[in-house]
Amino acid sequence: MAYSYYPGCTQEVSTKAYDHSSRAVAKALGLELVEIDDWNCCGSSPSYSLRDVATYALNARNLALAERGVPGGDVVTICNGCFGMMDKTNRRLAEDADLRREIDEALAVADLQYRGTLTVRHLLDILVKDVGREAIEQKVTHPLEGLKVAGYLGCAFSRPSGIDDMEFPTALDDLLAWIGADVVDYPLRAACCGGVLMMGEQQDVALKLVHTLLAEAVRRGATCLATACPLCHLNVEAYQGQVNSRFGTDLSLPVLFFSQLLGVSMGLGTEELGLGEELVSAKALLAPFMT
Amino acid sequence: MSTRTKEVTSREAGLSPEAEAILHRPEVLECIQCGTCSASCPTAYAMDYTPRQIIAALRAGQLEKVLRSNTPWLCASCYYCTVRCPAGIQFTDFMYDLKRMALQRNLNPRGSAEFYKATVSTVDRHGRSAEMELMIRYYLSRFNPLGLLKLLPFGLKMLVRGRLPLLPHTIKGRADLGKMLDHIAQEGEA
Repeated sequence: MAYSYYPGCTQEVSTKAYDHSSRAVAKALGLELVEIDDWNCCGSSPSYSLRDVATYALNARNLALAERGVPGGDVVTICNGCFGMMDKTNRRLAEDADLRREIDEALAVADLQYRGTLTVRHLLDILVKDVGREAIEQKVTHPLEGLKVAGYLGCAFSRPSGIDDMEFPTALDDLLAWIGADVVDYPLRAACCGGVLMMGEQQDVALKLVHTLLAEAVRRGATCLATACPLCHLNVEAYQGQVNSRFGTDLSLPVLFFSQLLGVSMGLGTEELGLGEELVSAKALLAPFMT
Repeated sequence: MSTRTKEVTSREAGLSPEAEAILHRPEVLECIQCGTCSASCPTAYAMDYTPRQIIAALRAGQLEKVLRSNTPWLCASCYYCTVRCPAGIQFTDFMYDLKRMALQRNLNPRGSAEFYKATVSTVDRHGRSAEMELMIRYYLSRFNPLGLLKLLPFGLKMLVRGRLPLLPHTIKGRADLGKMLDHIAQEGEA
């Protein structure tokens, strides 16, 4: 099955491990990811906060390129933020004729056209719903037995998209259980990491949210967090030092992408999964499964 | 009775056309003031007005106070208010509208939009974004070299792991994307 693949800007450098490991597990599971040719940034909430139509245009360009590249193939995203923005654009274009006309005109300036034939998906959703439990369990050669993981899915996977339960989504916990991990019951799985607030005047508010997320995971016995979004990932991983100095804590929790853990369970290599790039090393934690 | 009617009429007549127009938006008309949004909001404690109070303030004709408040800029876009609202109000999207309205009128709190502007300028020039470049531009725009300095240990940690994006990749279709955005700007979007 061929999909148009949208890596997203963060995956170019700062969380490239997510891109690498996603491509590796997709390949091993027989999913063909065709990168959208010359894709652009989705604009994310900063762009949408300043202008709506231009942000829809950014996303419509990607949809048009995807439709041309892999006709009829759904678009696969791996970032909750990109997923939310592109999915919102796709839905708005289908229901708002005036917006549709405006965007069609803007696309035409660049010799592009979007016929509206695509569905925007998240890789985790495809793995859980389309590939499914049986096919994934068959590929597991190194079950993550005894690895105590809290699955932190964040907001924009199921809100407002509705692709999973909007209060208590299960996709991530399901996948982690299928690959043999000891999944910690983590009530904050879909709580907010502060998102873009971490990058501006309101950083304290975001640090407080991240502190709660980390402290609760540790309290419940998790030895690492699994994420499905690079923005959540960066917030809970890269700001642990600031959280500690702000709240007088000593939190030091490895954070891994779900695709990395899935890859480990399938016996894929350190290099192709981008392991070793974590800010808090997961090497000792994963050593029992890396043979 | 008639005096009271007269008072209400004159207060409404004193509203700006924008404050008058917002009274007719479905969000303002349909809200049942239950407060589910405020109770669900993870950042409400730091807001000048909670989401429920925003609607109440708009009903009272206080548009300018709403647009000067920090509330929309504390929305982290988690969509809890939206999916829980019993009246079906898309409150998160309304927050985005309020941010755009505040910017158009230059009423947003100082510094609230600088990071967003830095992002948009990078994306529009290159077609892609890169966080590190954004952070540097942001701190420079805020005349805050100390913030930049505080970023140093974090930047170094990212650098040794090959995770520090200094410059965004520039897409081939940059000129075409620019034409698209110019077209939209000419069509009248702020």
